[in-house]
Amino acid sequence: MKNNTILCIAAFLIALSGLLISADVNATDMEKAIEQEKALREGKVKESYGIPKFFVSPPVFSEGMFPCSQCHAGMEPNPERRELMFHTEIAEGFDHAEEQRWCLDCHNPDNRDKLRLVSGKLISFEESYDLCGQCHGTIFRDWKAGIHGKRDGMWNGKKKYRLCVHCHYPHWPKFQGFKPLPPPENPRDIRYRKLSQDETPLNPLGDNQDYEIPLSKEKK
Amino acid sequence: MNRKGIDKEERSKLLSRRNVLKGTAFGLASLAIPFGTADASVWEAFFQKHFQEMNEDEKKRVVQRLEDEYAKKFGAKFNIKTTKAEPGVLFGYGLDLSRCIGCRRCVYACVRENNQSRDPQIHWITVLRFKKGEKWVNDLEEAEKYYNPDKVPEEGYFYMPVQCQQCGSPPCVKVCPTQATWKEPDGIVVVDYNWCIGCRYCMAACPYGARRFNWGRPNIQKKEINQETHYLGNRPRYTGVVEKCTFCIQRVRENPGKYPACVEICPVGARKFGNLLDPNSEIRYIIKHKRVFRLKEDLNTKPQFYYFFGS
Ligand code: SF4
Ligand code: SF4
Repeated sequence: MKNNTILCIAAFLIALSGLLISADVNATDMEKAIEQEKALREGKVKESYGIPKFFVSPPVFSEGMFPCSQCHAGMEPNPERRELMFHTEIAEGFDHAEEQRWCLDCHNPDNRDKLRLVSGKLISFEESYDLCGQCHGTIFRDWKAGIHGKRDGMWNGKKKYRLCVHCHYPHWPKFQGFKPLPPPENPRDIRYRKLSQDETPLNPLGDNQDYEIPLSKEKK
Repeated sequence: MNRKGIDKEERSKLLSRRNVLKGTAFGLASLAIPFGTADASVWEAFFQKHFQEMNEDEKKRVVQRLEDEYAKKFGAKFNIKTTKAEPGVLFGYGLDLSRCIGCRRCVYACVRENNQSRDPQIHWITVLRFKKGEKWVNDLEEAEKYYNPDKVPEEGYFYMPVQCQQCGSPPCVKVCPTQATWKEPDGIVVVDYNWCIGCRYCMAACPYGARRFNWGRPNIQKKEINQETHYLGNRPRYTGVVEKCTFCIQRVRENPGKYPACVEICPVGARKFGNLLDPNSEIRYIIKHKRVFRLKEDLNTKPQFYYFFGS
């Protein structure tokens, strides 16, 4: 008697585990994923997201602007905040912690074709993310992981990245809005024509034109 | 839970029922199909097997028949893939609510990629607008979907695009009387347009309003047709069948596979996509590091679509 109950319970448990394993996802995949996640959390493997290698295009400059040394080579660098004679639209629109900063806090005074980090390290315009990342650390981290910013390419292969400056103009970086595409049609604006007597409403075998419900759209 | 277990049982029951029906249907069909129009392909279509029961040869024949049918109808050469789910892949989607600006670029990229009917209009993605500070998540009634300002984003509002959430336990699949919709091993919920009878039970069952019905004949201008298709995805639809987002099955089921069209178009990068079983994927990073929620989680649908707040 007792044995029977135990057998029953055992059989039930085995059946149940069978059902659980056949659940939504292949169980071994899930186990593997859980193990990897555990290792990550326990610090056994390190989560690392490097600087991406594939950019859609080089940084954008207004025409004829780059290299900056074309004009700046012979000029004495002047760090003073002042009214600019050139680059006036930048000075006027400047909206990026403008109280705390001026040109040479990011642009390198001696060789204008380079940018300069706070550490004094010079970087090229292609690596400008390092400059932005000095202040926007959390966003920089997300961007490296592929979370902040637009990405295209392959979800399981090569991905194309964009530089910060492809979407955010560095001197007034706030994303500029634009017109949305049209809203969906409101069903109340769609009219169906009444079927005449000899029309069949639906063709069970696919859509033969003869069997169509003709649609016409008139606004009220 | 035991999706596969139950499915098999139910399916075999249903299929045997179908076999019984076949005999009767044969008699009925000969009445329904007018003589003269009934060429071989019409008969083949009528007796087409369930997609999951077909072997490779049978699939090939069906694809050939459909490609011929579409060539005649649209004057365009279609490529219909039947690529299978890759083992070790479970697709997950992320949408950053702190980024989306409600520009609807995703809506129309999806329409183009997936051959949605232009007139009557079908959109798989709906972008909802909410007033900031209002009660919203489970009260989608407050949402506005016809907003049309000169510029988005608007001050004081935020936006939430909704599409098929590819539920882990999809209510639409449970209610389909013909098993015309099911969940694939990589998590995509698909529809077989040749098995859908248009009863729209699934539309009633979907808590996200993600399914669309072809009330009229789908219309697309020839030059806008996307000829690269998947049998379970963006191939042309018929009048009277249901359709919905498939995470762009024709793009993502490749190795390497492209991102879904909506991910690729989004100008602010609000849309993220990847393999939930790969701990280094973008979607796993999001789940681990961001504030994430799933829509109407209390319904136990277990969506594979994660809304998150990037910052
Ligand atoms: S394209 Fe991106 S920003 Fe625009 S509505 Fe779609 S998700 Fe939002
Ligand atoms: S994943 Fe593809 S099918 Fe789904 S909404 Fe995006 S574009 Fe449309």
